[in-house]
Amino acid sequence: MGEELKVIVFTLAHEEYGIEVDKVRTIERLAPITRVPKTPSFIKGVINLRGIVVPVIDLRGRFGLPESTTTENSRIIVVAAADMEVGFIVDSANDVVDIDTDTIDLPPEIVGGIKAKYLRGIAKFGDNRLLIMLNLSEVLNKSEIIQLEQLEV
Amino acid sequence: MDMNAYLSMFIDESNDHLQSLNENLLRLESDPEDLSIVQSIFRSAHTLKGMSATMGYEDLASLTHEMENVLDLVRNSKLKMDSFIFDTLFKGLDALEAMVQDIVGGGTGKADVTSLVASLQSIVKGDYKTSGASAAVSPAATNGQQATGPALLDEFQTSVIQQSIDSGHNVYFIEVEVREDCVLKAVRAYMVFDLLGKNGDIIKSEPPVTDLEQDKFDRSFTVFTISTLSQQELETQLSAISEIEKVSVALLDLESLAMLNNAAKEQSPAAAPVQVEAAAKEEASKQVTTARSQAAAASAAPAAVSKTIRVDIDRLDALMNLFSELLIDRVRLEQLSSEIRRNDLTETVEHMTRVSSDLQNIVLKLRMVPVDSVFNRFPRMIRDLAKSLDKKIDLVITGADTELDRTVIDEIGDPLVHLLRNSVDHGIETVGERIAAGKSETGTINLRAYHSGNHVFIEVEEDGRGVNQEKVLQTAIKNGVVTEEQSKQLTSEDINMLIFAPGFSTADKISDISGRGVGLDVVKSKITSLGGNVTIDSVQGRGTKFAVQLPLTLSIISAMLIKLGSEKYAIPLTSIVETGIIQKEQILNVHGNRMIHFRNAVIPLVSLSKVLESPDFNEHNESETEIVVIRKGDKWAAVTVDEFIGQSEIVLKTLGKYLTNIEAISGATILGDGQVALIIDPNALIK
Repeated sequence: MGEELKVIVFTLAHEEYGIEVDKVRTIERLAPITRVPKTPSFIKGVINLRGIVVPVIDLRGRFGLPESTTTENSRIIVVAAADMEVGFIVDSANDVVDIDTDTIDLPPEIVGGIKAKYLRGIAKFGDNRLLIMLNLSEVLNKSEIIQLEQLEV
Repeated sequence: MDMNAYLSMFIDESNDHLQSLNENLLRLESDPEDLSIVQSIFRSAHTLKGMSATMGYEDLASLTHEMENVLDLVRNSKLKMDSFIFDTLFKGLDALEAMVQDIVGGGTGKADVTSLVASLQSIVKGDYKTSGASAAVSPAATNGQQATGPALLDEFQTSVIQQSIDSGHNVYFIEVEVREDCVLKAVRAYMVFDLLGKNGDIIKSEPPVTDLEQDKFDRSFTVFTISTLSQQELETQLSAISEIEKVSVALLDLESLAMLNNAAKEQSPAAAPVQVEAAAKEEASKQVTTARSQAAAASAAPAAVSKTIRVDIDRLDALMNLFSELLIDRVRLEQLSSEIRRNDLTETVEHMTRVSSDLQNIVLKLRMVPVDSVFNRFPRMIRDLAKSLDKKIDLVITGADTELDRTVIDEIGDPLVHLLRNSVDHGIETVGERIAAGKSETGTINLRAYHSGNHVFIEVEEDGRGVNQEKVLQTAIKNGVVTEEQSKQLTSEDINMLIFAPGFSTADKISDISGRGVGLDVVKSKITSLGGNVTIDSVQGRGTKFAVQLPLTLSIISAMLIKLGSEKYAIPLTSIVETGIIQKEQILNVHGNRMIHFRNAVIPLVSLSKVLESPDFNEHNESETEIVVIRKGDKWAAVTVDEFIGQSEIVLKTLGKYLTNIEAISGATILGDGQVALIIDPNALIK
């Protein structure tokens, strides 16, 4: 039996993903986003988060998934990792679950079209549901901002 | 008693005194005949000695004491200053500074000063010229601490007393006995000390004050004190304290002092073991005694205390942040009131606006510190450097009262030290070279600070040999900073900037002053990280000027808000020359670049919508365009915008660490409606 891990569950292109709860600052409804010029297209801009300017990226764009229009369910998950605060636009965020760290398996090479290095692993929970755990430091890797990797699917 | 309260006071005051010692000594060096300077040096040294002795920093006190001896001779015209004396005194100051630094860092302030003390003593004896700064004097004799054990008074205390007697002060040996039925002995003892402290200085007490305070004494105690009162006055005043059985006050002269000491020494073999045990305790107690007398002295002379308080910078930061929030709400209120159009609301909001802009000025000023706090250590540094390199250099400082944000001040010291060292080492030539080049033998370094717009400029300009561009290029190519190909296309400005490249150094030999090739690139990156920049201007054979440009404050600025289609941006007001409207026909085409006539000059026209990739605005569709004329140094440019919104105070916010180095954007701000607007960096728009 490993350690219990509290995880925020969000969806992105019909897959369920997880981020550790202690990395998440807040979850917000979509607010007006100010575009920042000369940035990659997945960087949607900046928002005012109670007096602090926070950049927002579209996770779909970041992972090279087709971008979709935002809906009523879309949320901005603001995470704090590696000294940075960044908001992720996700399709929906609706659950907090406990998972056992022992159930996290190493990710297969490609999951749902996302390169394995962005992932920490795959956790099983509930009735055979699979949860893709994000590797935040890779997702926020700045050296990659400039050039997004092409997928080999 | 809490020593820490006095410690910070001691540190602050010591630093002030050391600073003034340094300054005055420098002044004296340029004008050795002026005895009034010696007087003020003497005073500073004397105060410093007293303070460190009271705080129990023996080494600090004994060194200052020796320096004071030398100064005393100079003051009384018994000794003439020469370069050896100056050097020794400066070395002494360095040692003092190091000790104070040690205390600041939580150390004990102890240092081996015997050799310095020896050279100072040889100066006093006048034999330094013949024997040099020899160790003729046995170090042990000067080491005040060794005497602490056996003698009733240690050497330092004895010498303080001797000096006081010499200068005509009254020194008393007081024996106090409290009544047998006295309930609060400690309180009585305290009252005695309080009285003595108010009227003079307490040199030593037996048993030590800590013991006295904790009732750890039988019925009597003895005190050595220097007092302004006469013997009789002292006796009556002390007897007036209730529950005191007997007071005997004896006026000390040199003879009786010697007798007392001898008597103590004779007793010492028997008393030694006890004394040694008590030594540590005594040390601590001495600090307490004197700290109290110092406190008493401070309360007696309130006029000398300046009306300032020290505030933790974090609190100022918190104040600033809260104020920024307020400012955002203010803008929002202004917007609402202009929509609602009710007179009383408008008036209230206007009043609040005025109050908050006053508040803003004050909050910003709170954080401003004159650059003098950085500059004041440079004269000494330049003197020492010049001396060690055998060069003659004048440092001329102007604009030391220019104020800068505290956070910038804290960071700017090191880069300036680098630049100055560089100027002394690489810039100014040796005396021989200067004469050969037909210059005056003394080189001049100008250190200037001044305000310009929202920036402060700090310039380091010397009249030395200037940048040797050929040599710079050779080295740059040799060190792989640029390739030979690239080097051909460099302008002379580019070549000058090469010396800021990492791993670059043109000095033929490495000196310990500069020339390791780590200096100037560090300077550049430091200044850039502060939001400033550094430029270099040099004429070979004539001199070099480094100009450092720094932002005045890092938090609130006035800006012009503009619209670009649906987007809003802010342009810092300080870069704006004026705004205007131009017709499409007025735009000229020069070599494919769009230019306009502006005040008898032709300046480039920059399309903001193109630079910022605006999604829904294009000025080509308009027959007349609003322009903002901006400047960077003496270069101007016109920037086309869609619409002016107005002028506003904005709070600078960073875009966070995820988004760095976005071209043409220097930050963001939050507008009254809660939206984020980006701040345009006008410098990036002018090439």
